[in-house]
Amino acid sequence: MNYIYNIHKTMVEENIILVYEGEFTQEITKAVLSMAEKKLDSKGEEGNIKRKVFNVMVECLQNICKHSETLSVPNEKKAIFMIGCEEDCYVITSGNMIANKDIKGLSEKLEKINSLDKDGLKNFYKELLQNSELSDKGGAGLGFVDIARKSGQKLEYNFELVDSDYSFFSFKSKIARISD
Amino acid sequence: MDTLTINGTDDTPSVTLDKSKGVFEISGRSLPEDAAGFFKPVLNWIDAYKDQSNPATNLQVKLEYFNTASSKLILDILTKFEKIQGAKITWYHFSDDEDMKEAGQEFSELVEIPFEFKAI
Repeated sequence: MNYIYNIHKTMVEENIILVYEGEFTQEITKAVLSMAEKKLDSKGEEGNIKRKVFNVMVECLQNICKHSETLSVPNEKKAIFMIGCEEDCYVITSGNMIANKDIKGLSEKLEKINSLDKDGLKNFYKELLQNSELSDKGGAGLGFVDIARKSGQKLEYNFELVDSDYSFFSFKSKIARISD
Repeated sequence: MDTLTINGTDDTPSVTLDKSKGVFEISGRSLPEDAAGFFKPVLNWIDAYKDQSNPATNLQVKLEYFNTASSKLILDILTKFEKIQGAKITWYHFSDDEDMKEAGQEFSELVEIPFEFKAI
């Protein structure tokens, strides 16, 4: 039964206020959003910060939903989503499986996003908005760019090799709690 | 022509497109799973309206939130309104919501339609 305490202890150490582990669907997205909204309301969080957290959450959750549709085996579809609340920022993290062949493309995209400043991100966003078509998964390819803009900070990510076909993609973004 | 009325839900906006009353409004939250599917009837309605538009058409956008997939469709909607004579967009945002205001400003930079910004 140790695992119960271990998980709880880790959550407390990392200041996690919300976690969901499992398969991600639109219904789950809505449920997680609803819980997060109630949490932030009960903390009396400022409107703008709540909106930014909400924005980043939606993009993150819907990214996972869309991505998991491409994976075939139930265990591959399981993902994790967490919100942490530090003194000076909210930390929105997620983790999901990714096919090894897709790592290069994703890394390049995230590196590009991290290389851009505020204006660069705005221009990149507008360029994608005008020029890209909705993918057959219904995504606009804008999610990570939008997260970076709302966060105002570099996106953090990591790929952990699981086996010859898959790795685990961990993603972290932060929203400052005190607006400048 | 028929009025298009879509009731809002937790993840989809309310839409009213009423030529006879001159009411054109999108409001609420837009985070549908299938943005293209959701907005298709809206785009179709605007296509039909274009050929019999009122002298003035004011599209009121009162969105609390929209996901990035919706933003693509919103641009598609605005692009269609560009071709309607006498069209104008009123973009609402909460007075402390700079992000929503900025989003509207960015759209206004991408299409040739007069935009008015209203803080609530």
